Order: sequence, then structure tokens, then C-alpha cells
Amino acid sequence: MTSAISLANVEVGQELPPLTMTFTRAGLVAYAQASGDMNPIHQDEEVAKSVGLPDVIAHGMLTMGRAIKVVTDWVADPACVIDYSVRMTRPVVVPDTAAGVEVVFGGKVAAINDDGTIRIDLTATFDEQTVLGQARAIVRLG
Amino acid sequence: MNREMIGFAYPPSDTLLVTKERIAQFARAIGDDNPIYFDDDAAKSAGHPTVCAPPTFPMVITMAAMEKSFHDPALNMDYSRVVHSDQRFEYARPIRVGDQLVVTTIIEDIRSLGSNDIATFRTEVAADGEHVVTGWSKLVVRGDDA
Repeated sequence: MTSAISLANVEVGQELPPLTMTFTRAGLVAYAQASGDMNPIHQDEEVAKSVGLPDVIAHGMLTMGRAIKVVTDWVADPACVIDYSVRMTRPVVVPDTAAGVEVVFGGKVAAINDDGTIRIDLTATFDEQTVLGQARAIVRLG
Repeated sequence: MNREMIGFAYPPSDTLLVTKERIAQFARAIGDDNPIYFDDDAAKSAGHPTVCAPPTFPMVITMAAMEKSFHDPALNMDYSRVVHSDQRFEYARPIRVGDQLVVTTIIEDIRSLGSNDIATFRTEVAADGEHVVTGWSKLVVRGDDA
């Protein structure tokens, strides 16, 4: 792996550049096709509402997949990520509009471990509320 | 759910051959244009033999493997009431073009929280016998009064 960042330039508390990404219905269809997760609550408003959701919601795994871009953009090489975990605490509700909705992703260096790996804590904010909890990546720079 | 299934390992999945097209489709769907997901030369200059897949790509194969077990009558799991609450991946290396992936699904834990069951599925992904990534998926099965 070849990271764009070296450990000497990393300090605890350092913020990674945030990213804003748009979630649209068409985007959910594309993710369903790419991932094979065809659950209709991610595509069909009637089905979503019938199970008590306010509207169609994004795949939690799509939100997880987008959040890590904060880290992989920073290090350049995605192989630097050796562990990645999230809790999906709240859904991203996606209305049937061309503009869709925006989710803001952020990351911060939470720890530099004894083995030289670093822990990045990630945030995902939609509608002023957090949608991922305990989202963290362990990164080995090299 | 049937707690006697804790520790049970399902037989290995069918093999999935990872293609460049599959990785590109996935990367585009998550909105990530990192050249290592698309371009062999970019991957090689980062020290990889070929194009690599994004960190959450393993779910493409682990979800399908887990879904088979969801319908196992012995597990007694009501799939219509399942919510995916947590996901973790631990990587030995990235998945790459040309990998012939096989997944083994293990019921790692089942516990109760109120009327809900919380099941942890561990998925071990190997390419030609080489361990590549382990996934942990925590699923909440909502109880009758939830």
C-alpha cells in the first residue's frame, strides 16, 4: 500500500477534509443493482410506508460505503484501511425529488495506536442528525 | 431464534469471480472515483497487482451468503422483521479483480434484548483458500411487541 499521508504528519484531534454527498432515488436504484440488495424499502415508497418508515430510505451499507471515502480520499490507497465498523443508528430518508438529500461526512484522528496504526472516528450527518454511530476505521499508513 | 445454532458454520458459498466491471459498478454506485477502483496502472503504482475493490464491497458476497442462512428453518429467524444494525470488516488485504471468492457464514452469537433477538453473523471471505476479509453483521429481529 502507498498512503499519501505519513505518520509523522498525523496528530490526534486532526480533522480530515469533510465530504458532502447527494442521495437520490436513482442513486439507490444504482446501489441496489451494484450490491444485489433489492429490498423494496430502498426503492418503493408504498412498501417503505407500509412498514412504518416515513418514506424510502437509503441502504445502511450505502451510507457506510460513502462514509469511508473521507478516509480513502485522505490516504489515497484504500488498502490502508485494515478495519472498518459502523452502527446504523438512523435512516437517511430519500424523497422522490431530482435534488435528493445531502449527507455530510466527517472524520477525525481519534488515536495513534502503539502498533503505528491510527484510528479515525467518522461522522455522518443528515437533516442535522447523526445517522452512523461508533463509526471508526483503523488505518495503517505505509 | 434457536440459540443451539450459536457456533454453527454453514457450508462454503458458491464461488464469485470478481471482475473489473463489478468493482467499477460498485464504486460508481457509492460515488467514489478513486482511480485504484478503475485503473490497473493506478492500482499498480500503489503496489497492487490489479484493480482493488472498495472497503464495503465484500457485502456484495457476504449478504447473499447470509441470506441463505436466514431462510434455514433450523435457525428459526423471521426475516421480515430483520434490521441490519451494525457492520464491521477486518481486512487482510483488499478484494481484487480475478479473486475467486468463497464465503463461510458462522452464527457467532444470538442474544435477547427485551423482546428482540440480536444475532451476530460472522462471514469469512477467502480467495483461492487465502483469507481476505472477515465481516461481522449484527441483525436485530424485532419481537412481537416491538
